[in-house]
Formats: sequence, structure tokens, C-alpha cells
Amino acid sequence: MSTSPKGQIRILYLYPNEMNIYGDWGNVLTLARRLQWHGYEPKIMQHHPGKAFPKDVDIIVGGGGQDSGQLAVEADLLKNGVAIKSFAEDNVPMLVVCGLYQLFGRSFKTSDKKIIKGISLFAAETHAGDKRLIGNTIIDTPFGEIIGYENHSGKTILDSKQASFGTVKKGAGNNGGDKTEGAAYKNVYGTYLHGSLLPKNPVFADHLIKKAVEHRLGEFEPNIIDDLFADKARAIAKRRPR
Amino acid sequence: MPRKHSIAIGKALRRIARLRGGGSALPGLFIERLEPGFLKDALEGLEHGVILVSGTNGKTTTTKMVSEILQAAGLRVFSNKTGSNFTRGIVSALIEEMDRDGKLPYDIAVLELDEAHAVHFVKQVQPRVSLFLNVMRDQLDRFGEIDHTARLLSVVAGATTEAVVLNRDDPLIRSLAGNVGKNVSVHYFGAHSNILHLFPSDDLLQAATKRSGIKQKRAPTEQRSGDVELAAFKGQLVAYHIGKKLYKAELKLNGFYNYLNAAAALATVRIFRPKTSADALLRALEKVEPAFGRGERVLHHGKPIEFVLVKNPAGFRLALASAKQAKTSEVTMIAINDDFADGRDMSWLWDVDFGSLRDAGVQCASGMRAYDMALRLQYDNVTVSEIETDLAKAFKSLLNKNSGQPMRVYCTYTAMLKLRAIAQKSLGMERAI
Repeated sequence: MSTSPKGQIRILYLYPNEMNIYGDWGNVLTLARRLQWHGYEPKIMQHHPGKAFPKDVDIIVGGGGQDSGQLAVEADLLKNGVAIKSFAEDNVPMLVVCGLYQLFGRSFKTSDKKIIKGISLFAAETHAGDKRLIGNTIIDTPFGEIIGYENHSGKTILDSKQASFGTVKKGAGNNGGDKTEGAAYKNVYGTYLHGSLLPKNPVFADHLIKKAVEHRLGEFEPNIIDDLFADKARAIAKRRPR
Repeated sequence: MPRKHSIAIGKALRRIARLRGGGSALPGLFIERLEPGFLKDALEGLEHGVILVSGTNGKTTTTKMVSEILQAAGLRVFSNKTGSNFTRGIVSALIEEMDRDGKLPYDIAVLELDEAHAVHFVKQVQPRVSLFLNVMRDQLDRFGEIDHTARLLSVVAGATTEAVVLNRDDPLIRSLAGNVGKNVSVHYFGAHSNILHLFPSDDLLQAATKRSGIKQKRAPTEQRSGDVELAAFKGQLVAYHIGKKLYKAELKLNGFYNYLNAAAALATVRIFRPKTSADALLRALEKVEPAFGRGERVLHHGKPIEFVLVKNPAGFRLALASAKQAKTSEVTMIAINDDFADGRDMSWLWDVDFGSLRDAGVQCASGMRAYDMALRLQYDNVTVSEIETDLAKAFKSLLNKNSGQPMRVYCTYTAMLKLRAIAQKSLGMERAI
């Protein structure tokens, strides 16, 4: 590196062993790499069940897992719910996908009728549906079109006061009925979209990075990143069958 | 309807389908509907019964190895060579091979079946021996969660009548020992602790970051007489512990994951040929060539082009590690399609670490999702020289630019089919040994 980094930004990766089934590492990698390209130094920290929750983070990321993964992290997540919500009130950006998105709501009712409690950051509830909602998905959001791939049998219903992440243009979204996808509160975003999500959605990735850098340093000074591959990958992904 | 009649109709259907150039599974579908007991009657008449091969990666190559070693040992083997995992594909193939009275000129059947089709199969036919290779994340958009897959395999293990052969180093597979009936024996294959790090489980994966304190745990087991262990390898020279003795062989197959698959094949064959010497079995193993699209090599101006099928994170990782081990300077092409057979979701690419390609770079990314692949490589700081979605154009252009060099092509399933066809037809390539 010819110049020293503009600052160190701490990325917290939640439950990488239990909730890592679906390529969501791509979200952590995208944030870390883009931070480097913008001239910042990323520090990736991992949180595992039972460990102390860090007191100082700039962005939190978590992914999907199997039902068994969710059971394994439930207790630990609940224990740290207050800390996580406090970070949220402090405008720390977060991206939680699929299984962790569900656990950021009030609860998740499994197909065996077991209720897994969430941290109630989102005003939402999820129950296991009988049909799998799966395929290439496009949603409209304040960050433009978001392109991803959903694969979930959980159906999430948002309370009327809960903002969604986006509106479904192609695909099922939260429940296949109300055209909402995901949830958003302050800088916290929950979604069912894999792909992984951030690589093909660099505008949104940079929004999360901006919020993380502002949290740490007050001001974000971006560099110009060549997103040609992302643009072309998006154009092709949009035309693929569901 | 008397069985003889349905067989005759089935054979006629097959001839008609062939003439029309159509699908060969249709006769099977017809027979399945007409005679639900057909598969059972056909296969349970075999003197040595059925060997079922299942797992996420390695089925086709391992089935080929088991079949060919058993053939060398004097058995007549029926196998679903086309890799059609559907039971109706197997029924169709059987109709073709049986005489008018429904008798098969075979002593044993070796069938590869993925987990879902295996469960359907064992409802009709109980295998004598089942071989379980591994359980990995694979095409989650097609097959769902691994816990579910493991449950399916436990059903197959429970239906097996004589013996199961299990991967000692895969915890989900090892646990299948708890699902077998009372009189069913359990045999293991695995890798020596010195080389175990080459076969990381999905849980160990963390691309480009250090894992905190996670060591690969393996239940302590001793090498028993029925077990086969991959002890070591160098290039294509491989050493196995068969029982407690060490044996060496020089294989035509390449890729160290195939050397582990061979250990599985040897452990399986020994159940049927306990009197055949280990040396004789190894000599037969040495003659086995790569299966369709699985590490096949073709020659171009004297230089080898190897097609490496990649279907899931574990498979791709092993393929990359194997190439890194080989240390040859070669041209790399990666072809990613997203047809139904390839898996439509690109998320799995993000569970593969492409850092080993950083030094030499990737000369071409191709296939329908070439740009998703290029994007993946960009985030691992791997340069890509050319991106071209059209497989024919990309392949031919690469050959023109690099005719002096060996080439390795990582491809998803439908990309492999297309490239193979291009290599053989329009470029007139011949198969290399």
C-alpha cells in the first residue's frame, strides 16, 4: 500500500461456524475488500456462542444456517440482544441474512412447532411454511435494484409499522404474499437474499461501509472502485429464469 | 400382465425411443408404472446382489472403480454407467440388457444414486452393501440442508442387508454406523492423519481468514482388517494400508480426492472378493481411467487438457488443492453455467477460496455466469485475462493463444458436457491416457 490506511474498521461476523451454510461469507469478504479498496483497514472479528460480545464494532454481519444452527445460537443471541440493539440505536450498520434475519424478529416457529425466540429488533414474526420459496429474485430498494437468490421455507410477516428492506419485483420475498422483502430499522437490514448479496449489489455494500466508517471516523472518503464485473453480472442475473 | 409381455413392450419402446433420438428413460417410466415389482425382481435375481454408492462427491468415479475391479476379479457387473440417478433410468438400462425371460447376464450390480433417489430405490430393492462417500454442501437450491441429506442416508444405511462402507473422516457419514441392522458389518475408509488436512470438512472452511481454534477432530479408530486407508501419495504413485499392511500402486486417475475414493472402492470390493489378494485388486485399480467428464484428459498438440467437474464448494476446493499439489504450470479456464443441472444459485462460489490461483491468474472465465465468476475472482485478488460467456468461442480462443501449454478447465456439469463435445467433435481431439 502506498499510503497508510485512513482508519481501521471493525467487522463483527456472527456465528461463522453455525450460520455459514450459504455462501454468506461473501458478504463479509465484500465489505472487507471494498474497505481496503476505499483505503481503510478492515478487521474481521468472529463471535461464537459463549464468548464475550465485543464492546466496540463498526458493522455486524450474519448469515443463514440450518434449523439446527439456529437452535445452537438462540441462547447466545438472546443473551446479547440488548448489546446488539444498543449498537443499532447507535446507528451501527448491520446485515443479517436468512436464519439470522429471522432471529432478529420476535420469534421463529419451526415445522415441529417449536418456538425459537428472537431479539425483537425487527417487529416481525416467522413461521415455517410448507412450500420452499426459492429462485432468482429482484427487489426495489432505496439503494436501487437489489439482485439476489432466495431459498427459504420460513415465511416472515412484518408488523404494519415495520419497514421492509425492499419491494419484490421478481420472486417471493418475505412470505410470497405481500410483496415485501426483508426488514429495515435504522441501519440494520435483514433479508432472505443470498447470491451472496453484497458482491452483486455494490451500491448497497458501499452504503453499509459508509455508515460503518461514519460510526468510527465521522466522515467517509470513498475511492473509485471498478464495478464493471458486478454490473455485467447483474445484467445477466436479471435475465435468468426464476 | 405377464412379466414377459411387459419386458417385450419395454424393449420395443426403447427401440422406438432410440429411433426417434429421444430420451431413453421413457421405457423405464412405463415399466415402473406397469410393474412396480420390476426392479426388485430384476436385481434380486443377481447372485451377488447390489452395491449402492452414494454421497455428495465422487460417486461416478468410485462406481467406475468398484465395477472395473470386480470385473477384473471375474464378476459380470451391471452398472448405471450414464450416471442416471433416476430409478427409471436404471429400469430402462435393465430392460435393454435382460433377455426375453427377464434374466440378466450379470452377477452383481453397482449403482450410483444420490441421496434422494437412493431412498426411493431402497424402498424397492435392499442393497447388500452400501458405500457412503461424504456429505457436503451441494447445490442447496436442489437438495436442501445437509441435516436432511444425512437423514436420507440413514434410511439407506438401515435398508442395507450385509455391510456398509463408511468414510471414517466424515462425522455425518461415520454416524451412519448407528443406523445399520444387527448383523450388518461396518467397514471404514479414510486418510492417514498426515494427509487429513488435505480433506477439510465444510465446517473448516473460511476463505481468506484464519479460523480461531477450530481443529479438525477425528474419532480415534484403529485400522481393522476390513478397513482401507490412504497412507500417502506423490503424483500418481499412491500407498494404501489395506488391513494393517502397506501397498503401493501407480494410478491412471489423478486428483488426490480420487485416491481417497479408491480407498473406498478397495474397501468395498474386498467384501465380495475376500480371497483375492490385495495386490491383484491394486493391479486392477491401476488400469482404471477417469470417468466421463471427471478429470478426463484430451490432447491438443501433444499437451493435455483436463476437464475437472465442479459441483459444490468441497469439490471445487479439493480440485484447486489438487492442482496446487501437482505444481504444473498450466493455463486455467473456469466455466460456470446455471442450468438446472448446474444449480441456479451462484452463492456456492463464495464458499470456495481461489487464492491458490493468484500467482498464475485465470486465463479465461466462461459459461453463462462468467461475470459472477470474474466477480468472485476479483474479490480474491485473482486476475482474469478474458471473460467470454460463449463456451465455444472462449475455448477455441484460449487454445489458439496457448497451444504450447497444458490446460485445466474447471466446469459445472452442463459446461463440461458442451466443452467435451466441442473438444471431441470440432477440434478432433483424442482421449489421452
